[in-house]
Amino acid sequence: MREGPAARLLLRLVTALVLLFLLAPMAAVVLLSFSPTELLALPPRGFSLRWYEDFLDSGRWMLATRNSFVVAIATTLVATLLGTMAALGLQLGRFRGKAVLVTLLTLPMVTPYIVTAAAMFFAYSMVGLTGSLAGLVLAHTVVAVPFVVVSVLATLQTFDASLLRAAASLGAAPATAFIRIVAPNIWPGIAAGAVFAFATSLDEFVITLFMAGPGQFTLPRQMYASVREFLSPTILAAATLLFLCSLAFLLVSEILRLRAGRRGRAAP
Amino acid sequence: MSEPLVRFRGVAKSYDGRARVVADLDLEIRRGEFLTLLGPSGSGKTTTLMMLAGFEDPSAGSIELEGRRIDTVPPHRRGIGVVFQNYALFPHMTVAQNLAFPLSVRGTSRAEIAPRIAGALEMVRLAGFGDRRPQQLSGGQQQRVALARALIFAPTLVLMDEPLGALDKQLREELQLEIRHLHAKLGVTVVYVTHDQSEALTMSDRIAVFEGGRIQQLGSAEEVYERPANAFVAGFIGENNRLEGIAEAASSLRLGDGRVLRTGGHGHAPGTALLASVRPERIVLGAAAAGLPNAATAMVEEVVYLGDHCRLRLGFAGQAGLVARLPRQEGAGVPRVGDTVALAIPPAAITVFRASPGSAIAARAHSA
Repeated sequence: MREGPAARLLLRLVTALVLLFLLAPMAAVVLLSFSPTELLALPPRGFSLRWYEDFLDSGRWMLATRNSFVVAIATTLVATLLGTMAALGLQLGRFRGKAVLVTLLTLPMVTPYIVTAAAMFFAYSMVGLTGSLAGLVLAHTVVAVPFVVVSVLATLQTFDASLLRAAASLGAAPATAFIRIVAPNIWPGIAAGAVFAFATSLDEFVITLFMAGPGQFTLPRQMYASVREFLSPTILAAATLLFLCSLAFLLVSEILRLRAGRRGRAAP
Repeated sequence: MSEPLVRFRGVAKSYDGRARVVADLDLEIRRGEFLTLLGPSGSGKTTTLMMLAGFEDPSAGSIELEGRRIDTVPPHRRGIGVVFQNYALFPHMTVAQNLAFPLSVRGTSRAEIAPRIAGALEMVRLAGFGDRRPQQLSGGQQQRVALARALIFAPTLVLMDEPLGALDKQLREELQLEIRHLHAKLGVTVVYVTHDQSEALTMSDRIAVFEGGRIQQLGSAEEVYERPANAFVAGFIGENNRLEGIAEAASSLRLGDGRVLRTGGHGHAPGTALLASVRPERIVLGAAAAGLPNAATAMVEEVVYLGDHCRLRLGFAGQAGLVARLPRQEGAGVPRVGDTVALAIPPAAITVFRASPGSAIAARAHSA
């Protein structure tokens, strides 16, 4: 179908408006984060890094950043390990009820976070896990594992299970076979899962609000507090940095997806 | 007779606890032999191989390798080479890395690995292909790499699961000979699975014919071809005519049209429903048939010209077409449909079996 020039113009206009609607708030935050004054105005009058300096000098922001990264890295390690093993078992194992297990494992993806958070709060307080970073890591792992499982399962679809038999017949123990045969063939899936797990944890706010102790601020929690308590442009610098982080994740996962796709085509 | 290399004792396999894929398997594999497990799909031959490799666990019985039980040993500690139908080469490694894999997991030093890879590539006529990726090789080349990989760690036993199934006819025949030569040269014991009976006849020292989860016959190619143990083996290996009849005396049977066929001594009681099996090439045709036992005439129903011989389908004794081979002879014309030919079935060419209980002839024998 060929549309007339008027229709084409309209389509472009609407597309531009939608993109503007999506991107303008973020663009504004990025621009304002370089504002030299406390009075925020667009366009900013001049350019300054003082809010970034403020961010880096502030004990509260630094502690929140450190907490966020500690929790995200720990969550990524645990979730990637568990999720990869779960996906391997689900794909290569022979047992009944696989579909049920996949549904159960991916349930946290679709459950509203507030429900998960409330449920965890009650469960964890019974065993004294609330208010600790370890508890927070566990809670984040629960919501991060499904991303790893789904991502690794997807790459395992293209993995030829007879390679595992071949490896065993050639004398490789299961762990050796995993490291030397399975991992090199499915690592884009594992890495993409790890990126998702890291991003999920870094961004997580609702569960953190319920689970974290009074002093345990993560970046999202600190940002929320700083908006509510004392609105300082420092939050804009933090938001911009976090945004850059997500942008990096998006790039990495996109590269991994392309690599996985190319590998899938090259296999016979 | 030296101790067998492998011994299956009462091995059975069932996936659901009821239907048995393999039942009561007792099998001894001799050191250095080329044993083929032959049978249609679903006959249990591949399951038997997979149990020996360790990829399937027997539901009952035991398997011994060199006198030691191995059915409880995980596959990676059995030291048995396996060649798969889909090659199963590691796609992320070069040919040389594929060949190095079984050596490096055994802790062989780098200095020792390199010459062994070169030797293995030489052995399968792929010298200089070490740096290629498996995807860059043809199917036949990939399977030769897989062969070299299964042999490079010098196992005493190598299993091959329809290794030539994915290749075209010419390449298959070329590799059949190559595998035979490797077997002869290395003295390794080979257990080979195929559903192709001509492949089994070409390659094997012994053939185990599988059907319904059981070995129907175990013997040399000549034995299973010339002296099939039962009607299934007779029908599965090579072409065979089946003539149904009822035992008349200890060395004859009566066919459907009342004709009496002389056989060797079959030892079945008169009135037993029987199945007589005759190879097409054993039927005597033309002038030579005169005066022989079981001489008759038959009308030619179909002629297939195959160069060195003609395949004739004949109307005989009121049964489904009797197939005979007419060798190409100097000066002799090719018979045409509708011609009448003389034939004789030498009693020695007839193998007699008791008909299976469900067959039509068995029902007729019962009612008579």
